[in-house]
Amino acid sequence: MKSSIISILVFLVASIAFGQSPEERGLQIAKAAEKADLGFKSSIVELKMTLKNKNGQTSERSLSTRTLELTEDGDKSLIVFNSPKDVKGTSTLTFTHKVGSDDQWLYLPSIKRVKRISSNNKSGPFVGSEFAYEDLSSQEVEKYSYKFLEEKGSILVVEQDPVDPKSGYTRRIVSYNKDKGYRIEKVEFYDRKNALLKTLSYSDYKQYKNKFWRANVFKMVNHQSGKETILNFSDYNFDADLSEDDFSQVALQRAGN
Amino acid sequence: METITLELPLIFKITSVKHNNLVLIVLIFFSFALYAQSDEKKKVNHEFELELEAEYRYFFNDAQFPGQETHFPALAIKPEYSIDWNKGKEQINFSGFFRLDRDKERTHWDIRELYYQKAKGSWEINVGLKKVYWGVIESNHLVDIINQTDAVETFDGEEKLGQPMVQFNWITNNIGTFDFFYLPYHRKRTFPGVDGRLRFGSVIDKDDLNYESGAEEWRQDFAVRWKHYFGIFDVALSHFYGNGREPLFLFDNLGNINAFYPTINQTGLEVQVTHDAFLWKLESIYRDAKAQHFLALAAGLEYTFGNIDGNGLDIGVLGEYLYDERDELALSGLQNDVFFGSRIAFNDTQDTSILIGGILDLDASSKIFSLEASRRIGNSWKAEVEARVFSSIDEEELILSNFKEDSFFRLSIAKFF
Repeated sequence: MKSSIISILVFLVASIAFGQSPEERGLQIAKAAEKADLGFKSSIVELKMTLKNKNGQTSERSLSTRTLELTEDGDKSLIVFNSPKDVKGTSTLTFTHKVGSDDQWLYLPSIKRVKRISSNNKSGPFVGSEFAYEDLSSQEVEKYSYKFLEEKGSILVVEQDPVDPKSGYTRRIVSYNKDKGYRIEKVEFYDRKNALLKTLSYSDYKQYKNKFWRANVFKMVNHQSGKETILNFSDYNFDADLSEDDFSQVALQRAGN
Repeated sequence: METITLELPLIFKITSVKHNNLVLIVLIFFSFALYAQSDEKKKVNHEFELELEAEYRYFFNDAQFPGQETHFPALAIKPEYSIDWNKGKEQINFSGFFRLDRDKERTHWDIRELYYQKAKGSWEINVGLKKVYWGVIESNHLVDIINQTDAVETFDGEEKLGQPMVQFNWITNNIGTFDFFYLPYHRKRTFPGVDGRLRFGSVIDKDDLNYESGAEEWRQDFAVRWKHYFGIFDVALSHFYGNGREPLFLFDNLGNINAFYPTINQTGLEVQVTHDAFLWKLESIYRDAKAQHFLALAAGLEYTFGNIDGNGLDIGVLGEYLYDERDELALSGLQNDVFFGSRIAFNDTQDTSILIGGILDLDASSKIFSLEASRRIGNSWKAEVEARVFSSIDEEELILSNFKEDSFFRLSIAKFF
């Protein structure tokens, strides 16, 4: 609590100060957003993913995600598929790193195999959806460079340029809501040719524990293909009290059974 | 050795005796499991799933041995049930299997899994019939030894029989994961019957194979595995002491076969280095029995060109070298061979994927080509196509020469409930 008050003060002072460059202000905003979400410790959430092609045909997947907050390095997460049934139990364990490639393991329940996989292909689509792997991985401040663009009421617009050359984007335009704990309202993704590729909008926000904002609906629209993917989240469980023990390769197999 | 043909009722009797042993083991384990869970009164989750599969295998060359069929229509039923409580920290998982095939020996049922699991802090215990996979290599599975291979089910050896075990896992952050196994009962490998393809000239009845150990299938076996990762390195070391899963075939000058399950010590090593889009892999075993000592090794790499078309198309290329000191006695026939393959994943909504490959013998003309493709249809159906082609198989090959006319094509459709 004390540290968050200090950080808000630091941010206010910094943003009032003249002579701050757009890069500095952009980074400040990203750090403020990170600070605002600090201390959730762990969460469990179920979600339904609806894939829609340009003719409006849909297919669905359901999955559950467990996340463990870590401050020294990036978060750990465990994703388990519940449907479609032929991939039920397929699970991934990801150790995000602030710097360098993430560590990732895949569990294939039919033959009970755990396989370390490359996290190199971050621009590829996640299970045929309009979300790339990098859109769903833990958003660490260190993974982008920043430039503040404009302020519209409570909305702060910041350009984020991925540090990793393997990213599928040249830039992302992110809209933060400074009055709502710096939650993100919208992200626009520009492809490697700097053309607008996708827009992600967050809606049905809910505040948990008087602090953490989580959107119940993520809607990703691909402007180039006309396809879209909607994520519908059920209520977050912040009381599961997960620990490192719940993010081991043994736990990965347990979750997929 | 002559083929011993048993009359049908006797075969059924023997298989049912073997299954009775399994049922006994399951009962013993479950009385333990139920005792252990008696004071838990938390939220309970049940799940039941059923997969029904229709399969058709077609062997397009004339049979090499008398009695072998060409067309093999088949059905499979795979029910699964799981129950968990205590926030998923305690589970009972069941996975059954039944196959009905034209080949009587391929018609079989099995309890793939039926075990109680409890996890607490940094340990986990599993008691019952379970499947465990070890290894990093794609084209051969040397290190993987806990479960018996269901040899009549698939050619690639990835289908396994349920193994009775007590498994204890101890997970540490600093020195890796230790996995201890107590394996009280051995399960024999089933071989194709007279009608079946992919068999030797003489039909091997699994009950004709005996054990080196006087305790036979009740020999109490043990295994341990240590696994850890350091940055881009994943490493595992394992040791198994007990009844070998692979029968040992000894051939004398008259062409007689003496086959049995030896008591073995096997040490295994697995290494994978995951660097950018490269996976570098090494898998090796040293097996020591009274009648045989040998080293086998497989090393290779996998590289994936990700999202080539900006639409999710991934093309992976695989190359592996396979060495086995047993030379021509290697049951897999992979004694000095090279595997090349490509894995194509479309990452579309239907999860379409294709795996093509070829194994080339470096000492002989023998080649095996394979294709495996799968695609989901709608939300609850899945279609699979598989082809294996045995090409220019060297007549001198002790094992593979038996399969030289057994190239086949397989189509299967599965419905998930």
